[in-house]
Amino acid sequence: MFAAIAPTSTWYLILGAVLFGIGMVGVLVRRNPLIMFMSIELMLNAVNLTFVALSTQLTDINGQTAVFFVLVVAAAEVVVGLGIIVAIMRRRSEVSVDDLSALKG
Amino acid sequence: MELFVFICSAAMVIAGALGVVLRSNPVHAALSLVLTLFGIAVMFVSQEAEFLAAVQVIVYAGAIVVLFLFVIMLLGVDRAENLKTEPLGIQRPLAIVLSLGFVALLVATILQGRDSLNMRGDGLNTAANGDHDANIRQIARSIFSDYVVAFEVTSILLIVAVVGTVVLARKRKSDKDISGVSA
Repeated sequence: MFAAIAPTSTWYLILGAVLFGIGMVGVLVRRNPLIMFMSIELMLNAVNLTFVALSTQLTDINGQTAVFFVLVVAAAEVVVGLGIIVAIMRRRSEVSVDDLSALKG
Repeated sequence: MELFVFICSAAMVIAGALGVVLRSNPVHAALSLVLTLFGIAVMFVSQEAEFLAAVQVIVYAGAIVVLFLFVIMLLGVDRAENLKTEPLGIQRPLAIVLSLGFVALLVATILQGRDSLNMRGDGLNTAANGDHDANIRQIARSIFSDYVVAFEVTSILLIVAVVGTVVLARKRKSDKDISGVSA
């Protein structure tokens, strides 16, 4: 009975939506900037999964090209973000974004 | 078979994502992130995006997570933090409700628009036709013809990111702190 059912692209899209929601909870709830970064990576991966699923469904290679650029930009973003975190954490040892309120209006 | 692969990789993805959000130790969270990334890579393979699966494993699991682990070890934050206390009482319920609402909205949109996903574009060349590097060749043609300007701008972005990180993480002469970290 299982063999007859093949996962369609809708399944992948819904899984991407769920993954995005989990990443969103992580960004909104966690206080550790490193964990928040990882949650952002989760959201980026959800979007990548959506791109690839739609690329397969629409038979259009440009979706996969977009994923390639998302990967490159994510790598650059992580490098800069972790550099900022290292620069901040060298001044203060406690790791919580609640302490980083110097720019609060 | 395809269903089996989907279920296994979906379980990996969801378990890893929950691990990132729920584990209190940052090292465990980073390793859970690896699980999610591998699950996504498996899904890329099952959707015949082999090049992206390879890049996903190399760049994400091989570089980004290692970078995360390096920073965790460098800062010495590899101890469990206390997740029981929450300064703002309403924040967690509000965040969960917001995210659930957003996911519900997305799922409703997907189910609504699923009939309009028709084939368009030039078509995907897959390895099933006997051409074993069809996917990578097609992506290469797309990147180096249609998106060559974006590709060049990407190289500028990478240089800016590298230089910016060096400037950010450099130890200034005025910093006389004790951490002993020189990045």
